[in-house]
Amino acid sequence: MTNPNGRFGIHGGQYVPEGLMNAVNELERAYDFYKQDAAFNAELSALLNDYAGRPSRLYYAAKMTQDLGGAKIYLKREDLNHTGAHKINNVLGQALLAKRMGKTRLIAETGAGQHGVATATAAALMGMECVVFMGEEDTKRQALNVYRMRLLGAEVVAVKSGTATLKDAVSAAMREWASRLSDTHYCLGSVMGPHPFPTIVRDFQAVISKEIKQQMLQKEGRLPDAVVACVGGGSNAIGSFYHFIKDKGVRLIGCEAAGRGVDTFETAATIATGKLGIFHGMKSYFCQDDQGQIAPVYSISAGLDYPGVGPEHAWLHDTGRAEYVPVTDGEAVDAFEYLARTEGIIPAIESAHAVAYAKKLAPQLGKDKIIVITVSGRGDKDCAAIARYRGEEIYE
Amino acid sequence: MNNLAAAFAGGKAFIAFIICGDPDLETSAACVRAAAENGADIIELGVPFSDPTSEGPEVQSANVRALRGGVTVDQIFAMLKNLRAEVAAPFVLRAYANVVFSYGIERFAAACAEAGVLGLVLTDVPFEEKEEFAAPCRACGVSLISVVTPASRGRIGRIAREAEGFLYAAAGRGEEGGLSSVIEEAKKVCPVPCVVWADIAAPAGAKALCGAEDGIAADTQPVRIAAKYGKQAPAHIGAFVKEIKAALR
Repeated sequence: MTNPNGRFGIHGGQYVPEGLMNAVNELERAYDFYKQDAAFNAELSALLNDYAGRPSRLYYAAKMTQDLGGAKIYLKREDLNHTGAHKINNVLGQALLAKRMGKTRLIAETGAGQHGVATATAAALMGMECVVFMGEEDTKRQALNVYRMRLLGAEVVAVKSGTATLKDAVSAAMREWASRLSDTHYCLGSVMGPHPFPTIVRDFQAVISKEIKQQMLQKEGRLPDAVVACVGGGSNAIGSFYHFIKDKGVRLIGCEAAGRGVDTFETAATIATGKLGIFHGMKSYFCQDDQGQIAPVYSISAGLDYPGVGPEHAWLHDTGRAEYVPVTDGEAVDAFEYLARTEGIIPAIESAHAVAYAKKLAPQLGKDKIIVITVSGRGDKDCAAIARYRGEEIYE
Repeated sequence: MNNLAAAFAGGKAFIAFIICGDPDLETSAACVRAAAENGADIIELGVPFSDPTSEGPEVQSANVRALRGGVTVDQIFAMLKNLRAEVAAPFVLRAYANVVFSYGIERFAAACAEAGVLGLVLTDVPFEEKEEFAAPCRACGVSLISVVTPASRGRIGRIAREAEGFLYAAAGRGEEGGLSSVIEEAKKVCPVPCVVWADIAAPAGAKALCGAEDGIAADTQPVRIAAKYGKQAPAHIGAFVKEIKAALR
């Protein structure tokens, strides 16, 4: 699927300043070695199972299925992982890799704070130093996660440049990495950035689709008809899709954050509104103006508030293997509340984008069809923000 | 010998870096004239980008200011075409890949040639990705300028051997000391001049750096001057260039 330069069709590549090339090459060599190393894989499996709580459950949402009156709905419960999201899958892998590479310090970007919390957690567990870069705007939207990271021993740097959101946090983390390569590993949180990150993160997240496949065969004796996941950079989505890419009968549906709508400027739906470009180390689709300036995107979800999409998603879009659909703030908030009331599960506002689309899709499909929704994270972190969206003055 | 090589014929060259449109293009054009009149051998012009991921805070802010003024790539090329008649020093552009890619690489290269731009530095295009940009540039007589850094161990020879126009040896903050060995290694195989890209704020800094390199570029000081003096920057840029040139003699 990938060539040595990390291309997915025309997408991907390594568009980084010269000062980072040895670092990405060193990482690629280390990853190529350790991914085949039995001791490394055994240690990672043990951590994923005993520490993070894998395998995560595949839960049949009977009430939601009945309520929507169409396809059977299963929820892949990544929200039940330790730290409350799929992010821990990737972080444990990268932290272990960094340790094997002799690094003593982890840095990370974070949007909603879930990847930052996961990185801070892994750093605490493995006795590593940790610095998390977070857009200043996001530190306000996700104040509880900021405290959580500090509690775990990490330093949180509020990034004030640009739009003070996820893209600026990525830029700040890249700058920091370039200035301190010897002891620092950049634990990138999504399937984006320069090669080898999109491949490494995809591989560590692919456990999601591997489990869905096994669990679905066990429960239903067949593969699902559709897998639905939210897409910002796209790590939980690629993790949910990966082992189904060759199973052409399984529809793969990525839900982008449309913000206030794809016909407004306040959107983060990259595939719906972006065009081909080069940014943050990769060639892919980006929200940008006609001068090639990166657009200041918007979504209620800090985790999807990113102007680009991972290169493998761009390629899955080009080839038509996966579908990408926009979901607005309003639809996501409705789905957030719907899942809470219907199934007693409060999803992350990011994951609620996937729930929202599945709500529309299920009634269109027959009762003999099966949809899997990846609930990538839990929504505790979002409760105060959603309450404010609904006009209630709650502060954590 | 093209004009870029000619810029190094009279001893150590000095390259002045000016970000287009900070605070406006009229001032930038006056800064270019002032730099040239005071002896700058090459003028490097920054094309602003919304997310300059590898710049420090001062250059980031300058990019923001320039974009707030609404500067476009076409306006920059128009400014350079106007300046070409009165400024003899060669122009080099510095940009991020997406601005060039968005404009169209071939179209950008052709516009460079038409505006008298002889070289292009792309901050986020390393050796491995360069041909996508270097080939169309070469076809228009524009050199895609490569960069080596103290973090380029094991890569310097390969990059230097294929260098076009001139080669930049760039230091991160506080890493200037590592540059002399980078230059020495590069010069063994480099077919073009080697230039230090560093934060040179005063003549003493330029003197301290003097070694095997063929020229130096001040990557931040002219940007600082533009930030401090705004529309009055050209005279101060001129004075700065004059001082550094004197120190290099």
